[in-house]
Amino acid sequence: MSVSILYSLVGSVLFSLGFYSLIAYAHLLRKILAINIMGSGVFLILVSLAYRWPETSPDPVPHAMVLTGLVVAVSATALALALACRVQETTSSAQLPEDESD
Amino acid sequence: MVPVIAWPVWIIFLPLVSGILAFLFHRRGAQLGIITALGLVPALSGLTWQLLGNGPQHYTVGGWGAPLGIDLFADGLSVIMLAMTALVGIGTTFYATGYYSPNGEGKGKHHHQDLALFWPLWLLLWAALNGLFLSADVFNIYVALELLGVSAVALVALAGGPSAVDAAMRYLLVGLLGSLSYLLGVALLYFAYGTLSLGLLAQSMTSSPASFAAITLMTAGLAMKTALFPLHFWLPPAHANAPAPVSTVLSALVVKASFYLLLRLWFQVFINVVTPSVAHLLGILGVAAIFWGSVQALLAQRLKLLVAYSTVAQVGYLFLVFPLAQGKGTGFGAWSGVIYFILSHACAKGATFFAAGTVLYGFGHDRIEDLVGVAQRMPVTMFAFAIAAISIIGLPPSGGFIAKWLLLNSALAGGQWWWAIVILLGGLLTAAYKFRFFSRAFRYVEEVPTCHPIPWTMELTALTLGLVAMGLGIIGTLPFEIFQIGAPVIGPVLIGGMP
Repeated sequence: MSVSILYSLVGSVLFSLGFYSLIAYAHLLRKILAINIMGSGVFLILVSLAYRWPETSPDPVPHAMVLTGLVVAVSATALALALACRVQETTSSAQLPEDESD
Repeated sequence: MVPVIAWPVWIIFLPLVSGILAFLFHRRGAQLGIITALGLVPALSGLTWQLLGNGPQHYTVGGWGAPLGIDLFADGLSVIMLAMTALVGIGTTFYATGYYSPNGEGKGKHHHQDLALFWPLWLLLWAALNGLFLSADVFNIYVALELLGVSAVALVALAGGPSAVDAAMRYLLVGLLGSLSYLLGVALLYFAYGTLSLGLLAQSMTSSPASFAAITLMTAGLAMKTALFPLHFWLPPAHANAPAPVSTVLSALVVKASFYLLLRLWFQVFINVVTPSVAHLLGILGVAAIFWGSVQALLAQRLKLLVAYSTVAQVGYLFLVFPLAQGKGTGFGAWSGVIYFILSHACAKGATFFAAGTVLYGFGHDRIEDLVGVAQRMPVTMFAFAIAAISIIGLPPSGGFIAKWLLLNSALAGGQWWWAIVILLGGLLTAAYKFRFFSRAFRYVEEVPTCHPIPWTMELTALTLGLVAMGLGIIGTLPFEIFQIGAPVIGPVLIGGMP
């Protein structure tokens, strides 16, 4: 049980660190990495959930969720990287302009 | 016994398969789009028939069953949302056949690339929307949300230029943040209750720290995707810079999808756990959205930006349902009001964005100051814009009027008159920014600006959706009969004896 809690806590820390970097850094590559770290945090929490009762065999449902989540994360990252390249091409800067929205 | 046809499976697979086919054979994209649009009509009618006959429908895809298989579920709310998607979707499909017609004029160098990619992405987005409205568990909803977000972002980026790519990038980052926050909420719910099914969660939810953390994370993530003030900053650039058919889909449908989830979670799953103070907080943010969005729409220089800020304001109205449903006995009134609002806003906003897109297509720009006398060039489109505005402002006999009437009724009957003031003031502001454009568009001028020839499908789809938004105020009780099936709240629609 305690191992599971340790991993969950690490997952939460990763999620928070990723969230901080997403907000704090302007460079698009850092933002994309930050999103991936947040995702890894969630996946770590899910995997540790499967091992909540070490005496029984691990729960397969969170594993299925992580596998699906990984596929989603890889495709979303690919799209994000492609878009970041397009941003670099069109604006010759790897950052989003600040003001625009409001 | 008559074999039961699994209509929900058809409703998801038809656009999914055509989307993949459209990717392989891009010259046939438009035909595949039309086949899908027409094919969804009988499937949806069949599902509605089953619903009216037998109540909410459950399907186990492939016979595997939860938790490893996928369960689909359709109640009145799902069917109303599917019907709304089909209506706006069919309109978008026909509009896009004109907008992306191979010999279309007035288009830039990206035209051919757009032509190849629009259809597969749009059909995938349609499949994601349908899947979302039919999902019965919180994890499938996550997958559908991500599919929706990814295809929506790619569609925004189709427009090409620097501002569209920036908007798409921002949209993607916000969307991913929102769905990761939602996914963490899902993990917490599974940790606390050991199930992912919406139905089982609803039965077992209790007030515990894990529940509150999950509610907070999921609500924040979905509010971000719905562009609730102050998390709306990504919406105006994304919706204003996308190609015209895409703007319509984003504003009329995609924003509604994440709101639908909030509605489902708050009314069905979290209903016994949430506290009134959180509901009032969402309502207050909604009020801020109404005022902020309206003021920005009043200040906007471009027509599509005006329409996009109008969406920010109208999204604010949706969030009033949470405090309004807290009143005594006003649960079903507020619930009906917000569903009617979603429906009529989808049609009216669809017509508005079609019309704004046609203006941009015809004149090559959408600067409001220079659009004097456009009604002389495109009378049908401007008529569509005007009747859609009647519904968005909330004047009778439109669908928007019925929706606002229901919301007002539950505000007054529930003794929460201050929300009623907001609803009325918001309508006044809406009229102000709409008339700012009308006063120019409908002015008579001797020298009318020149205009590219416009395909008739573009004018006619805008007009049709505008007329539907108007017709929603007249058709009476059919939508109510559908969305009260399996509704989580019961009670009278209208409450008499107002104070």
